[in-house]
Amino acid sequence: MITTAEIMETNRMIKESKLDVRTITMGISLLDCADADIDRFNEKIYKKITTYAKDLVKVGDELAMEFGIPVVNKRISVTPIAIAAAGCQTDSYVSIAKTLDRAAKDVGVNFIGGFSALVQKGMTAADRILIDSIPEAMATTECVCASVNVGTSRNGLNMDAVKKMGEVILETAELTKDRDCIGCAKLVVFCNAVEDNPFMAGAFHGVGEGDCAINVGVSGPGVVKQALEEVKDSDFETLCETVKRTAFKITRVGQLIAQEAAKQLGVPFGIIDLSLAPTPAVGDSVAEIFQEMGLEQPGAPGTTAALAILNDNVKKGGVMASSYVGGLSGAFIPVSEDHGMIEAAEMGALTLEKLEAMTCVCSVGLDMIAIPGDTSAATLSGIIADESAIGMINNKTTAVRLIPVIGKGVGDRVEFGGLLGYAPIMPVNTFSCERFIARGGRIPAPIHSFKN
Amino acid sequence: MKKGIITVLGKDQVGIIARICVLLAENGVNILDISQTILDGYFNMIMVVDITEPTKGNEALWNGLQGIGTEMGLEVRLQHAEIFDAMHRI
Repeated sequence: MITTAEIMETNRMIKESKLDVRTITMGISLLDCADADIDRFNEKIYKKITTYAKDLVKVGDELAMEFGIPVVNKRISVTPIAIAAAGCQTDSYVSIAKTLDRAAKDVGVNFIGGFSALVQKGMTAADRILIDSIPEAMATTECVCASVNVGTSRNGLNMDAVKKMGEVILETAELTKDRDCIGCAKLVVFCNAVEDNPFMAGAFHGVGEGDCAINVGVSGPGVVKQALEEVKDSDFETLCETVKRTAFKITRVGQLIAQEAAKQLGVPFGIIDLSLAPTPAVGDSVAEIFQEMGLEQPGAPGTTAALAILNDNVKKGGVMASSYVGGLSGAFIPVSEDHGMIEAAEMGALTLEKLEAMTCVCSVGLDMIAIPGDTSAATLSGIIADESAIGMINNKTTAVRLIPVIGKGVGDRVEFGGLLGYAPIMPVNTFSCERFIARGGRIPAPIHSFKN
Repeated sequence: MKKGIITVLGKDQVGIIARICVLLAENGVNILDISQTILDGYFNMIMVVDITEPTKGNEALWNGLQGIGTEMGLEVRLQHAEIFDAMHRI
């Protein structure tokens, strides 16, 4: 029998430490919607998405009520559009993005991911159309998220795509400059993208997946922080053990909600993504965990080690708690979505270079970082190349979601609103990488032996 | 059987258990176990109930409890017991 103390502990986690299920994401394959006629394709995908996901929000809300734990986001991921729509005879996929947007709004989800292309080795005509459509698609839709995979550890890096994405990010910023360049907040460039990621903006439903699946992302940086407060200044063994135990508890809740959601929706359960994703709320921050660990500010020497401990022990605890773990499963550090990171960036404790170093030991990459609007496309490509190289060499997922804020510079601040938060504009190294990026071609796949 | 756990936290006052029990009876919900403590004027109750089939449906039951909580200035929660088992038992 469950004890009173256990009941109180769970409810304290939910109420005080903001434990929640961050997202229930329904992955839907659109491969069977292929059609040469784009209007018919749009009709088919709209019908499939709105049929499969019609009860998603309702079920998510009911589970939240019955289990007494918030289910923050209900979302959809679909087959990368560059694959699903490859047969369409058209030169733009913007109408597809609009259809996805309409479908998302009609079923009540807040984001739909999968306006994506996988171009790690080369580009098909469809990949090119998709990438060219991204700026307009991001400017004319609200819920659609785009991602492009430019490299893998098996294939190396497609530097033509890296070059192109620098230009696409700038163009997207330009087209949404009246809204603080929000288009770029919905666009991620990946290396080693995963096929079952439930988190936006990088979610898509990979081609190795089944027709439909429920993937769940749990969260709870606040719970980890609270647990660490109870073992203040203990040694590293106790610290790691505490993170592990807490991650186990958090993940078990995610697993339960995922199984219930899958059962009620009549869809197979896919994976649990073990990630500590922050929100801009106080008490829901990864930065606060660092501070509890003993760092004055995130970015201080020791931050990379602290993050490595955190990330590794979240996985160790979480893996045992769930039957299937997948997705990104790492610590998320979207700067604009974590009030502690924002403060650290504002006071200069946290720099772009330190964030890059941190991505070597956690999964996600340079995420939600606002940079000066006059940053050149080549510099953006250079940052993407650096981050992708980290992913490629270390066999891990890395991503870049940068927002060059047109008309703003270092010292200014940009407001995205809601879960996307706000961010100070961070300085970027201004030395040129123009000639390096202009080379074009591919970086060959790395050697998988002699690991040092 | 589906077990639910009701937790009530807040300032002690007349009629807390009475109102909750009436609501449960009206919804055809059987009480399986109940424990209550009052610490320094603070009321703390945990109730195990059978929520296999509330006669008026889930929403009526949950909203009813929420209503009592708001009216009496208490924190009232009803949760499926599985969430506690999942979290605290391997």
